[in-house]
Amino acid sequence: MTSVQDLPQIRGVKNIPVEEFFTSGHRTCQGCESALVMRLMVKAAGQRTIVLGSTGCMYVANTTYYSTPWVVPWMHTQLGSAGSAATGTAAALSSMMRKGKMKQEPINVIAFCGDGGGVDMGLSAISAALQHEEYNLCIICYDNESYANTDIQVSGSSPWGANSTFSPPGKLHRIMNKRWKKNMAPMLATGHPDCKYVATTCASYGLDFTNKIRRALTIGGPTFVHCFDPCPKGWDYDPKYSHELGMLGVETGIWVMYEIANNELILNGASRAIAKGIRQRKPVEEYLTRQGRFAHMTKEDIEYFQSKVDDSWEKWWIPGLVPFGMKEDA
Amino acid sequence: MTTTETKLFQTETEELISGSEAIAIACALADVDVITAYPIRPYDTVMQYVSKLKADGAFDCDFIVAESEHSQFEIVKHASAVGARTFCGSSGVGWFYAMEAITVTAGLRLPVVAMVGNRALDDPGAFGVEHNDALAVRDLGWMLAWVATAQEALDMALLAYRVAEDPRVFLPFAVSCDGSFLTHSQALVKVPDMKKVQRFLPPYNRGKMQLHPDNPITIAPQVNEDWLMEIRRQTNEAMLRAMEVIPEAYADFKRVFGRGDPSPFIEEYMMDDAEIVLVGMGTLAMPVRVAIRRMREQGKKVGFLRVKFFRPFATEEIKQALSHCKGIGVIDRDYSYGSPSFGGVLYNELRAALYPLESRPLILSFIAGLGGREVMVRDVNEVVDTVQRAVDTGVIEKENTWIAVRE
Repeated sequence: MTSVQDLPQIRGVKNIPVEEFFTSGHRTCQGCESALVMRLMVKAAGQRTIVLGSTGCMYVANTTYYSTPWVVPWMHTQLGSAGSAATGTAAALSSMMRKGKMKQEPINVIAFCGDGGGVDMGLSAISAALQHEEYNLCIICYDNESYANTDIQVSGSSPWGANSTFSPPGKLHRIMNKRWKKNMAPMLATGHPDCKYVATTCASYGLDFTNKIRRALTIGGPTFVHCFDPCPKGWDYDPKYSHELGMLGVETGIWVMYEIANNELILNGASRAIAKGIRQRKPVEEYLTRQGRFAHMTKEDIEYFQSKVDDSWEKWWIPGLVPFGMKEDA
Repeated sequence: MTTTETKLFQTETEELISGSEAIAIACALADVDVITAYPIRPYDTVMQYVSKLKADGAFDCDFIVAESEHSQFEIVKHASAVGARTFCGSSGVGWFYAMEAITVTAGLRLPVVAMVGNRALDDPGAFGVEHNDALAVRDLGWMLAWVATAQEALDMALLAYRVAEDPRVFLPFAVSCDGSFLTHSQALVKVPDMKKVQRFLPPYNRGKMQLHPDNPITIAPQVNEDWLMEIRRQTNEAMLRAMEVIPEAYADFKRVFGRGDPSPFIEEYMMDDAEIVLVGMGTLAMPVRVAIRRMREQGKKVGFLRVKFFRPFATEEIKQALSHCKGIGVIDRDYSYGSPSFGGVLYNELRAALYPLESRPLILSFIAGLGGREVMVRDVNEVVDTVQRAVDTGVIEKENTWIAVRE
């Protein structure tokens, strides 16, 4: 295995590097949280990094020929290929360095995908990538909970009941998306014994996000980071509330922030405070009613949503790990 | 292989090996960096040999067993972009499963070399050879060659890297081997030594297209109608340049290794003064050569033209070779439902290529040997008789005939 870079954890926002490797030249929407994910991701990784980008809004809106926001080397990969792109890139670096065909140096390999590319189509390739303990690579799923590039279609990572162009509320069927969001990060963490690091995060918490990327890049071997990205276009809210909605998602307990490092679960920030009983979960209604995609929901729908979230805190266990609702110090 | 492999590559040897093993050895000789495997018969034998070579320490490569053909081809595509020499392959529907990755590899102008162990497409299942799998990429920017012997498989694989990685070309290359008849049949093969191979094959240098922090480029941004047509045109011109690079590389191959046909694109068998010429690809050459030799002994003026390169298609050379004959029988180991005359793929390509000739020979389509059904000498005789009848009467009764098929 090639060595990893020295990327220390950052203590305090003021110590985040000022250098930008994702700059002007993109045309993401106003309030796009995923663009912030891209920016913080390469800021955390630094210049000696290769980024592979799956098809999705962070491909189409970011890279239009003759303009690119990427200061680091960047390459497009197919919708379901984040795992394979990372594997192929890391394998080439490893092989060529070992055989003396390329200068020895740790180079970060990051492949990103949206929820469509990662949670749906690319799941098997990501799973395969996480089996290669000999390759240092990080796969980041920016989850805006729909196929947001193509027209906002429902994905396996969309919330129950959300309005999308493939799940529009109608006269006969009010709720068209009856699938509960996939539990992606635990599925990957528990299913891949050679993967040392899986984390969930949200760019509303910049420091948490940056440090998780750094841990993912320095722990060694293949890693996965799942990021919760409010999307003004797909979720239907005023772009100025992106950060606030990300935080509300965490505070209502719908999105849980944690990292699973070397098989140990650590809850972070507000999620940790909730688990320890320091904070109360806010009602999901506060989150749902702020977004147009849930505007068709009835009182009963919201109660159902709340009960499912309650279950995840009170009844679920992450198989092989621990329950979200654990009260003891994690 | 029983000899010590490391020793094997220091001196030239002769080995009794299959077509798959010959290509595995070519990979070791070419010092390929990243290889991806996924099991499907019959191509996968090549990966069994590669993994054994690696396990025995005869070949240093990153050998990755992917979780699907799609990932298999995506992984080598990305490794190639970083500057690694790569190899992968597939058969039948496996090749189709990877089709998205296969088409972008050509779009990205990445010199991936792949082996196709030709196999019938499902459904219903059949392990045997048909050419429709590899032929599916004929319009996508892949160079596509069919080989007939294990020796030719090894030689073509080395030639493939040389041509694909030439900066004037930078296109992927598929070496097609008929399932079973070539992938699993052993023959004596001259295995060159590493030094000779290095003289013929320079290291892969991606140059200013290499994806690396020292060269922070953006590869494949969205281009839309603004630029796509120009990029398609560039790929087309790369294929045009391959027409020049292939003979140049082949001449070098013959100089270094001391073997090869007069032309890299086609093989002409008993073509002098031939009035009837059969055309086909791959191991079909075996029964056809036998049948033609026997007919020649009886004074019949027949010959055989084997198309080695399907892409790029050597239009001028093939036109030249066929311009003087009276009748042509194209034997396709493939089908093209609903195509012009319902003929095979090669037949329609040839018919298009010969159209500009002032005096065009009669050309008939024959579909034979599908699903691995053996093409017998008597089948070849039937093809020649049918073409002869058309030549004698000046009338083509039926443009397309399925050979040795139950009615």
